[in-house]
Amino acid sequence: MTRNGPVALIFHTAVVIFMLAPLAIVCLVAFTPENTLSLPTNGFSLRWFDAVFHHPDFVQSFWNSLWLAVLSATLAVVLAVPASLAITRWEFPGRGFLNALFLSPLIIPHLVLGVAMLRLFAIVGATGSFGWLVAAHIVIVTPYVMRLLIAAISGFDRSVEQAAFSLGASEATVFRRVTLPMILPGVTGGWLIAFINSFDELTMSIFITSPSTVTLPVRMYMYATESIDPMMAAVSALIIGITAVAVLLLDRVYGLDRILVGQH
Amino acid sequence: MSATVPDTAPASPDEETHERRFPTAPLFLSAPAALLFAALVLIPLFLTALLSFNQFDYATGRTSGFTLEHYLSVLTDEYYLEIFLRTFRISALATAICVVIGVPEAYILSRMSNPWRSIFLLVILAPLLVSVVVRAFGWSMLLGPEGPVNAALMAFGIGRMRLLYTEGTVIVALVHVMLPFMVIPVWTSLQKLDPAVEQAALSFGASRGTAIVRVVAPQILPGILSGSLIVFGLSASAFAIPGLLGGRRLKMVATVVYDQYLSDLNWPMGAAVAALLLIANLIVMLTYHRLVEGHYRRRLG
Repeated sequence: MTRNGPVALIFHTAVVIFMLAPLAIVCLVAFTPENTLSLPTNGFSLRWFDAVFHHPDFVQSFWNSLWLAVLSATLAVVLAVPASLAITRWEFPGRGFLNALFLSPLIIPHLVLGVAMLRLFAIVGATGSFGWLVAAHIVIVTPYVMRLLIAAISGFDRSVEQAAFSLGASEATVFRRVTLPMILPGVTGGWLIAFINSFDELTMSIFITSPSTVTLPVRMYMYATESIDPMMAAVSALIIGITAVAVLLLDRVYGLDRILVGQH
Repeated sequence: MSATVPDTAPASPDEETHERRFPTAPLFLSAPAALLFAALVLIPLFLTALLSFNQFDYATGRTSGFTLEHYLSVLTDEYYLEIFLRTFRISALATAICVVIGVPEAYILSRMSNPWRSIFLLVILAPLLVSVVVRAFGWSMLLGPEGPVNAALMAFGIGRMRLLYTEGTVIVALVHVMLPFMVIPVWTSLQKLDPAVEQAALSFGASRGTAIVRVVAPQILPGILSGSLIVFGLSASAFAIPGLLGGRRLKMVATVVYDQYLSDLNWPMGAAVAALLLIANLIVMLTYHRLVEGHYRRRLG
């Protein structure tokens, strides 16, 4: 039922192979029983996954990244819900500026944010602090949350809130029982996309992590520049697995094409 | 529970009458986020801009005073000029290849019917969400001396080639990372295109090629342009791909900033390079917004 000719389909197949090949080879090599980066030709083995789980640096970095992503996604949502309400529902002086400021991390290269925050952290003596790392990640994931929230709040029927008010509900009750449930898909979708972006972030984090707060992507970057063995493939396969779970969840609660295509 | 209610209470909407008075509610609502962004975006950028004008003493590592020497040496030193030129060349090539691959692919996707359309859109876009370190590592295995690409070259009798740490490899990996950013805007503009217009051209006797060139292409041109600017801007500031696949010799702007900060410890120099990168990037991105907004205004008006 396709309207594409054979040449188009061959081209399409080549593009799909190009997009999936680097991810596929990582997942295959992760199961190799050999000591070198090689495709598992003599059976499959879980030894490199076992090695990852017994490598204290990778385990610690994994927990760092997980906590960092959970905390920064949650706090970004907590900050973004009131800020998005303010920007969508009121006309006030400085509104355009605030909107641009909240979305600015999307157009400032993460490299520049990284060196800028390194400078600030050095001055205030916060180098290596996990709390400041969380704050930095909140800044880079908030724009993703705000975009979904602003879309959710703009397409919102205010008459339901007005009905609740006229029936005597307090402002707190209306927010909790009416507003929040109605923007909930935007909130959960925003949380997930924030989680993924924080969990994956490398370029800013590499400047502002210390040995005790190193995140998983930074650890992998350091490891890959020094030594290359199948352990790196096993970690990568685990990350692909985690991302796949998050993507499926995201697709369920919000629709992946809506997030990705609506994003740009 | 009681602790969270006061936080969320001001978030409830004011009635219409409240909105016409001097608006204090939105200021309170956006204050926490605004303070965080002021502290962690505006102030650090300002401090870094100041830092880029400081003198750097290699002996003591101290920074002080005022100088333009970092900017002058970036703009005159051949080492930096070569890196900026290389970054520009690699980004331009990656952008051109993304256009050549991404535009037809978006067109092919838009002509598919569901469920294939949704499945393949997911296949093309989802790698965007996998960490760039993982994707760079995947390419280093594919193109490594023992990798499948070299095995194929051997099988065809061409012989082993040194693929890693070349500009070609960096470009291929950048295309892989950036392709979704090209497919997305082109796909979006194709969605707005009425297929009946293309059908009309065909039924009036236009060939498939003429219909694409004369009917489809002009309508998706803004999408191609905005995709190109995004891809170029992101490629020019890419760090992980040149860092992992370019090796020690093939430096790009981002990897040089990293070296200045974490190896040479010459922060003012690194700050100057970062400032120039930010300015170049802002010019590209603001052009993008101008283009996209102008496009919508024309469509609505």
